[in-house]
Amino acid sequence: MTNIAVIPSGAQRSRGTSSSSDEISPLRAARSGRDDGGARCVPLAVGGLGRRALLKAAALLPALLPLGARVVSAAPPPEAITPALLEAARKEGKVTYYTAMDLSIAEPLAKAFEAKHPGIKVAVERTGAERLFNRIAQENASNIRRADVVNSSDAAHFISWKRQDWLEPCVTAEIAENVPAAERDPDGTFTNQRTHLSAIAYNASLIKPEDAPKGFNDLLDPKYAGKLVKVHPGYSGTIMTATHQIVRELGWGYFEKLAKQKVLQVQSATEPPKKIEVGERAVAADGSDYLFWMAKERGAPIEVVPAIEGTPQISNPMAVFKSAPNPNAARLMFAWIMSAEGQEFIVNLSGQYPANKRVKAKAGRPPLASIKTLREDPAEVEKMADEIKAKYARIFKV
Amino acid sequence: MRGSSRSESGSADLQVRSSPPRELPDERTWRSALRSPFDLSRPVLIAVTLLLAVMIVLPMGWLVAYSLSDKAGHATLDNFVALFTDPTFVDPLITTLIIAFSVSTICCLVAAPLGWLVARTDMPIRRTVRTLVMASLVTPPFVGAIAWEMLAAPNSGLLNQLWRTLSGMPADEALLDIYNLPGLIFVIACYTFPYVFILVANALDRMPGELEDASSMLGAKTWQTARRITVPLALPTLLAGALVAFLQALNLFGSPAILAIPAGFHTLTTRIWSLFQFPPKPELAAAASLPLLLLTIVLLRGQALALGRRGYAVLGGKYGEPRLVRLGWLRWPAAALALFILAMPLFLPYAALFNSAFSRVASKLVTFDTITLHNVRFTFLELSSTMPALKNTFLLATASATLGALLALLIAYIVARRAIPGHRVLAFLATAPLAIPGIVLGVGLFLAYTRPPLTLYGTLWILLIAFVTIELPAAYQQLSSAFHAVHPELEEAGRMLGATRLRTLADITAPLLRSAVIATWCFVFVAVIRELSAAVILFTSETKVLSVLIFDLKESGDVGAIAVLSLAMVGITTIVIAIANRLGGGREIARLPARAAG
Repeated sequence: MTNIAVIPSGAQRSRGTSSSSDEISPLRAARSGRDDGGARCVPLAVGGLGRRALLKAAALLPALLPLGARVVSAAPPPEAITPALLEAARKEGKVTYYTAMDLSIAEPLAKAFEAKHPGIKVAVERTGAERLFNRIAQENASNIRRADVVNSSDAAHFISWKRQDWLEPCVTAEIAENVPAAERDPDGTFTNQRTHLSAIAYNASLIKPEDAPKGFNDLLDPKYAGKLVKVHPGYSGTIMTATHQIVRELGWGYFEKLAKQKVLQVQSATEPPKKIEVGERAVAADGSDYLFWMAKERGAPIEVVPAIEGTPQISNPMAVFKSAPNPNAARLMFAWIMSAEGQEFIVNLSGQYPANKRVKAKAGRPPLASIKTLREDPAEVEKMADEIKAKYARIFKV
Repeated sequence: MRGSSRSESGSADLQVRSSPPRELPDERTWRSALRSPFDLSRPVLIAVTLLLAVMIVLPMGWLVAYSLSDKAGHATLDNFVALFTDPTFVDPLITTLIIAFSVSTICCLVAAPLGWLVARTDMPIRRTVRTLVMASLVTPPFVGAIAWEMLAAPNSGLLNQLWRTLSGMPADEALLDIYNLPGLIFVIACYTFPYVFILVANALDRMPGELEDASSMLGAKTWQTARRITVPLALPTLLAGALVAFLQALNLFGSPAILAIPAGFHTLTTRIWSLFQFPPKPELAAAASLPLLLLTIVLLRGQALALGRRGYAVLGGKYGEPRLVRLGWLRWPAAALALFILAMPLFLPYAALFNSAFSRVASKLVTFDTITLHNVRFTFLELSSTMPALKNTFLLATASATLGALLALLIAYIVARRAIPGHRVLAFLATAPLAIPGIVLGVGLFLAYTRPPLTLYGTLWILLIAFVTIELPAAYQQLSSAFHAVHPELEEAGRMLGATRLRTLADITAPLLRSAVIATWCFVFVAVIRELSAAVILFTSETKVLSVLIFDLKESGDVGAIAVLSLAMVGITTIVIAIANRLGGGREIARLPARAAG
């Protein structure tokens, strides 16, 4: 792996926080320097709009790059959903969607796609992002090709997959026009599907609002001992990304102290919301924010805490695999999820922050720009992942 | 393990001696030609041996090879150094031993009195109690662990909530806490004591009543008879039971994975599993598997010795029915105690599973107002993995049961009738997997079959091999004891009339063994459906089975769907057992071998 530093190195090392609106894209930082010799996605049709967007993106690109960085290749020209693609997808009749998203959203999303395109069945393969990464590696090593569309909550995985040349560049006109360049790979191999946060939350029937923690350091108060539930970065991509950000801001000392708080250790960022809702623990030290909100909107006594130190932000890129057994259905699904319709479906159901700027965030949720977030840095996550897993396992004993 | 061939009758020996191992090749050919086109003995022996080698020797060979090499494949002992110095290995090893000792002790303390009550007293409902203890074995241990999480999680657990309502205990205190070492030990013991119970109850059934009668005729009081006669006679069985429980607890994966990780500790099996997470370290996993393997072999040897001693108690002809001890006014309290014990593995967990299957929030008791089919709908209509997993599970269970029963039948026949020279090797290979914990076999098969020439990883074949291998010893033991009940004269008659061995087996022996074969089939079927420890290493997204799906759902905390799937799994298992019992006459299934899937 060569020149990954696409972001000015000063920005990368800064320990400060930034609000998401003026943030430098995590995905751009994830861009790897490998020259892949051009796009492989066959352009089925190049619309005038798409070309314009492409030119615009190409014009913007150098401005974001530090001096000396190489523009290795341009994104492939956008493709359109042609009758030929639809026909080919229908002939394949199925598509496998690997994701780390909670089943309560992933399965309805799959059903909505099936309803939109009758005759194509979606198989959802959901597990924690780190396990997904392992599963895909093992399957690839054994020549098992099953993944069509892959969506992970650990953006670092896409750097690794791209470097191994496993990703098929795929850009639709909709993506070229409406997904900000900051939210996608310049070579078009992956695109952010949605953004969520790893938030602190508590059950308001177990803890009075005045006793609730205001941030990460508050969680170290002895009064929360035995009352916390926490997720493991060895299994969850959301928490791997978040752990990297917290270590950068607060240092490992924070976790060493947290480990003495008798936390209930769960494996997926989708579980704390469920544990808090049933009242098994009063406070979640982390977990997927959208599930806390969904439970709250269902009437559960749950409050999400905007941490004073900043809340870790997690992008959820998506890609089509080169080895996809159903390449056309895969592209169709990829395109649909990124379309305004697919994005709206995700937003309406879960209130995660859409990548497509045509779609408004869910009413009643705090706008992303209003939240103090920590900066996501997939390139660094990729470098540190093994170290984070090992250190975390040593500190928390599991 | 080895007692099987000893008790064989003399005529069987005679039959073997008269069969042709020492004849000259040409004479032999001539004789077989006269009898039938071919005698398949030799090809069958070679095929079965090869198959067993593929199933057992190759994976274990790779396991040892991997444990002795580093990432690059050079020979090294570093893995073992890490294993015995790195606290992330040493701690789980110690924890596992503590769990195994405690479970073993608890199981004996519970199973021995319960076994005695059921087998030797006039306690009411004792037949029902016996059936219910057997029924609790159908519950996969990991499902039991999830159910106990619903019951005894410190805050949301139903029992804790009930206790708080009754006693007014404050909200952040708890009566029970399942997320710690004692909690895990309790849950493992819940699903392990039935094995000890079966051994003890069966031994007490067979214990000659005359010895006790003699004792009381000589003037001993009831308790003296118990102390001087009954207990010493039952002791070897209890010791064997303790070892079985120890082995179960040692090699179990499901319950620790559900309870130990949230509580912040590892057992050896969960640690081995964690080594398969990214970045995978198969060589360390292999090294960590070997202590489990060696410990299991040593303990099995101990069990064989303990059970071997039992010989003197049952030697001889038929004895009278054992005398039942009259409990008097204690009859009903005893029955209540038995039901209380049964509540732990059976009544309470199933109540919790039903509750969370039909409620939106698992921690609330479902009422007529809140009852919902949401989870059922989600599981069967929305969850896209449900149907493929059900299909894979049934395909594998049926195939493994059929293949396992056939293979066991063939080996049992060859060994029981000493049909082929070299039968001892087969007997050894057929029982050897008993010493291989599920997760160790999983690791071994993974190492052996993710490479050419046999790249089976990712197919259902590798799971089939795993399941057949794991269940073969139990199936073999069951059928080999059944073979000893069929007199060889009948087969000799068939052979004399010119039928080949296989023909004789099919036309004469098999029908006589019908009920034993059905019971074996049934046993393997049930065991495969609940197997998790090998499957969790060997599955891929396309070959997911029900137990792995439940395990995946546990990771994301979807307890409603887990409850629905678990109940469906147990429901189907019960139906299969009921049908098989009807077909097979019903008694054989009671002879469950002491081996469970984890």
